[in-house]
Amino acid sequence: MLSNFGNTLLFLNLLLGVLIIYFSVGEFQNSKITISKKIYQLCLFQITFVIISFLTLITAFIISDFSIITVYQNSHSLKPLLYKISGTWGNHEGSLLLWVIILTIFSFFFLIYSKNHQKNYRIISLIIQNILILGFLFFLIFNSNPFSIIAPTPKEGLGLNPILQDPALAIHPPLLYIGFVGSSIYFSAAMSSLITNYSGKLFAQSIKNWVLISWSFQTLGILAGSIWAYYELGWGGFWFWDPVENASLLPWFAMSALLHSIMVLEKRNQLYFWVIILCLLTFILSVTGTFLVRSGILNSVHTFANDPSRGLYILIFLSLMIFASVFLFFNKFKNSNYGFYSNSRETFILINNWFMIFYLITILLGTIYPIFTEVLTDYKVSVGPPFYNTVIIPIVVLFLFFMSIGPRIKWIKNKSYNLNLLFKILLASILINFLITYFFNSYSFLSNFIIISALFLIISSLLDLNKSFKKKEINSSRVTSHLAFGFLILFIGLNHNFSLEEDFNLKLGEKKKFDNYSIEFTDLKLKDFENYKAVIGKFQINNLKKNLNQFLYPEIRIYDNPKTITYEASIRSSFLKDYYITMSNVDRSDYYNIKFQKKPFMMWIWISAIFISLGGFLRLFHNAKKNY
Amino acid sequence: MQKKIIRTSIILTIIFIIGVFFIGLSKDKTYDTKDLIGQKITKVQIKHFFENRKISEKDFKKNGFTLINFWASWCAPCRDEHPYLLKLSNEKNLKIIGVNFKDKKSRAKNFLDELGNPYAEVASDKLGKHSVTFGIYGIPESLLIDKDLIVVKKFIGPILRNDYSLIKNIIEKK
Repeated sequence: MLSNFGNTLLFLNLLLGVLIIYFSVGEFQNSKITISKKIYQLCLFQITFVIISFLTLITAFIISDFSIITVYQNSHSLKPLLYKISGTWGNHEGSLLLWVIILTIFSFFFLIYSKNHQKNYRIISLIIQNILILGFLFFLIFNSNPFSIIAPTPKEGLGLNPILQDPALAIHPPLLYIGFVGSSIYFSAAMSSLITNYSGKLFAQSIKNWVLISWSFQTLGILAGSIWAYYELGWGGFWFWDPVENASLLPWFAMSALLHSIMVLEKRNQLYFWVIILCLLTFILSVTGTFLVRSGILNSVHTFANDPSRGLYILIFLSLMIFASVFLFFNKFKNSNYGFYSNSRETFILINNWFMIFYLITILLGTIYPIFTEVLTDYKVSVGPPFYNTVIIPIVVLFLFFMSIGPRIKWIKNKSYNLNLLFKILLASILINFLITYFFNSYSFLSNFIIISALFLIISSLLDLNKSFKKKEINSSRVTSHLAFGFLILFIGLNHNFSLEEDFNLKLGEKKKFDNYSIEFTDLKLKDFENYKAVIGKFQINNLKKNLNQFLYPEIRIYDNPKTITYEASIRSSFLKDYYITMSNVDRSDYYNIKFQKKPFMMWIWISAIFISLGGFLRLFHNAKKNY
Repeated sequence: MQKKIIRTSIILTIIFIIGVFFIGLSKDKTYDTKDLIGQKITKVQIKHFFENRKISEKDFKKNGFTLINFWASWCAPCRDEHPYLLKLSNEKNLKIIGVNFKDKKSRAKNFLDELGNPYAEVASDKLGKHSVTFGIYGIPESLLIDKDLIVVKKFIGPILRNDYSLIKNIIEKK
């Protein structure tokens, strides 16, 4: 029943997409300067139907309708309600439906909120967005239909992969999708801008809020995924350079570059073609990421079930998108001389963009390099953290200095530098770094530079904040993001410097001592839970110097549906540091393999990332207030 | 002119990348050990342990069934499975190929001298690179292959009594 209903809605959406394009084309003959009501109504139907179809799928998950394959494969009647719901987008088919929904929602709201802009520009944006919607709807209905049925109806479902049963992961896909699927709207707008020659300032104004929305959500989405990997995968860190993580980072860099260069377009009416490239690139990278993740072409912890036909469809769609945009761009591109003064805000924003593109290319190369070696030389390699750390970290130092100075430079031409002040900030940063290494007694050559440059950014951002408070400027969004970014890098540096990691085997009752710590394996229990059994260890951690005495309880969980073993880290988080233990059984012995880690400032890494995205939301709020 | 060159090279780069992705899609993922069963073994070239030649998949074709066993002298469970391998080496329809994994030649020789040599041929994979292409990560592991070079079964861990009977069943059935 639900399956038929859901499928009907999807087909109706297909029809609506075609109708919207058809009537939009008809609008060109209409001499009125406003878009006719009919199109608004069709779009309203479109968004309503697609949301109802999603709610239908959620309902099927909640009532455990196992006649639907997607529900059968990814749910179980005994699962807690939250995970029944989040199971809807915890799989390929359901998450693709989420794609289509976000494409549609952005299409609808762009139409509503762009009323002050030229009609033809809006209509063509709508047409292109609907072509994207149709492309993904086709894929959804004919290749990855979430409403396909299975007969006879199974009595019980196979269950959601246990490592996906997690609150952070329940919100991770929707946040991330608003980010990178949301970028579709400025892809469509950029194409339309090229076609209609609706360029410059007005174009910048029409898309800047959409860039902000997608960037802020993308940041939060990446964060949620990172937090999940930290405590669920038991690797003990905040970033692993896993291909899938990288795939989410690629569009983020393009977006961040866009976020900055669009200001130049709005204020100075320059960099138009560069902004267009970034608009197109962001969404192209989002679809590329989806291709890499869904096709199974890359080996990663979190690729979806392999299916080459999916990969092929996305690849064909991606190629069409790329060639259409490249063709259009080359046709319209005009060489223009920017004539920026080297000492101006514009130049510094361009420098920011170079950095972003540098990071982007580095990570893109690292991510797809294994595919190239395998195809061209039949040799399997994997590119890991050493590559990224070596290439990226030294450049971050430079980047942070530019990031501190850039916002102090005036538009068009900066007359004077306050070198004295910069020198004082640098001195203060070096002093603080010295104090940190002196008191905490840990030293690494490179992290000195990281910490000093991060402090430099923090101090200059704080001075800016102080200044804007004095001037009573409410818009502190930029300072918030920059300050938070400085803190993020600072905490990453400190975390890297002062982490402690020990790997050893212990039997029940044994004790291990190292540095100032002793860890005792005091108890082992077997417990039954609703949908899994758990072997729970009890470990007593003593810090001999600080009189610390804590218990941690790592688990080995055995899930029935589907039959899976997972290792749950036990983490004791506090303001200053996290203690982290994972345990795994050693085959045919009484020993357990224990991984103990002390990770300072983990919580602050997460908090900094939240504040980075908060900056984006603040600016959005500010823009909205200004307009209404 | 310069503009044209830039445009053409950008387009060619994009075509190249998409082309690589396209070929990448159709590549076997022998990596995923779960997909290994039912797949055909191709392009094997491993150094022979005693002789100055390479062992290739052609050597497997001559036999009814081939059991490729990955072992090393430093691996304790390999000792446990060794008696069963010796028993299996008497089977007519089966040949055992040993792949010596990340090992020293002299120690591997001593191991075979001490416990007996069940292998029809021994190959040497000093760096463990060839084994990875078979989807082998740790040893002992073994692959049972039929005469069409299709992987019938994969054994992770030592071959003990149950596995021994299973292999006997499979090779006697056909």
